[in-house]
Amino acid sequence: MAVPKRKTSRSNTRSRRSQWKTTAPTLVSCPNRACAQPKLPHTACSNCGQYDGRQVLAV
Amino acid sequence: MPTPTKGPRLGGGPAHERLMLANLATSLFEHDRITTTEAKAKRLRPLAEKLITFAKRGDLHARRQVLQVIRDKDVVHKLFAEIGPKMAERPGGYTRIVKVNPRKGDNAQMAVIEIVEELSAAAKVVREAEKARGTKVAPSKAPTGRTAEIAEDAKGESATAAKVAGVAAEAKAADAEAETDSEADAVASDDIASDDAAGDDSAGDDGAGDDSADAAGAHEASEDESK
Repeated sequence: MAVPKRKTSRSNTRSRRSQWKTTAPTLVSCPNRACAQPKLPHTACSNCGQYDGRQVLAV
Repeated sequence: MPTPTKGPRLGGGPAHERLMLANLATSLFEHDRITTTEAKAKRLRPLAEKLITFAKRGDLHARRQVLQVIRDKDVVHKLFAEIGPKMAERPGGYTRIVKVNPRKGDNAQMAVIEIVEELSAAAKVVREAEKARGTKVAPSKAPTGRTAEIAEDAKGESATAAKVAGVAAEAKAADAEAETDSEADAVASDDIASDDAAGDDSAGDDGAGDDSADAAGAHEASEDESK
């Protein structure tokens, strides 16, 4: 079985992890006029629970 | 037919997938709406709709086929007694999948799959009206342009062509009349003209029938002569 010859240095670990990045999700405002909170597109609104004018989630 | 599933089975293997889908379907019919992962919801939809189609059929054979998937007899009874009759008017599309926010913990994409509610009274009326309109026959129009020309040319050769040519000529004459009238009268005379055309159509039918009968008679006469 292949085993590492050396301990991964702090520098290498940190260099590798410097590439971990987050991206902001695309958001749209809720089409429900009374809500208008940002939500994920094509998804039921987590604030008012509506999708396409229909109550999907209990709020 | 639903699209065949792509990719690996859910769970550990084909049997595991069957069991998971059976459990999901049982829960769906029991509670009418369940929250699950999007992948499972998408796999469940074709199975659930197939089972509802069995429920719409409602005979003993269908019930036994459903029992092969759903082992809970209470749920099968609910499926056949409540859900099936509710979907009688609906030509498929018995379930609805709505995506919801990802799950906390593993950020899995989640969805709510639910059985759609019964068609409203207004929707039923619209559907019936559409059905009625679909069977209605469109009113026949007088032939114009190229059709009329061809009919005119072939008048001597076939009874049908002669009939078409006659109708076309009548329509043309009626149009010419209508043009000479004032604009307000034109609409009314158009209506009359179309009525006339319809009347002539039937008359032409009779004439064609007579012609063919005459021709047959003549044929018989010639045969007699030859004998």
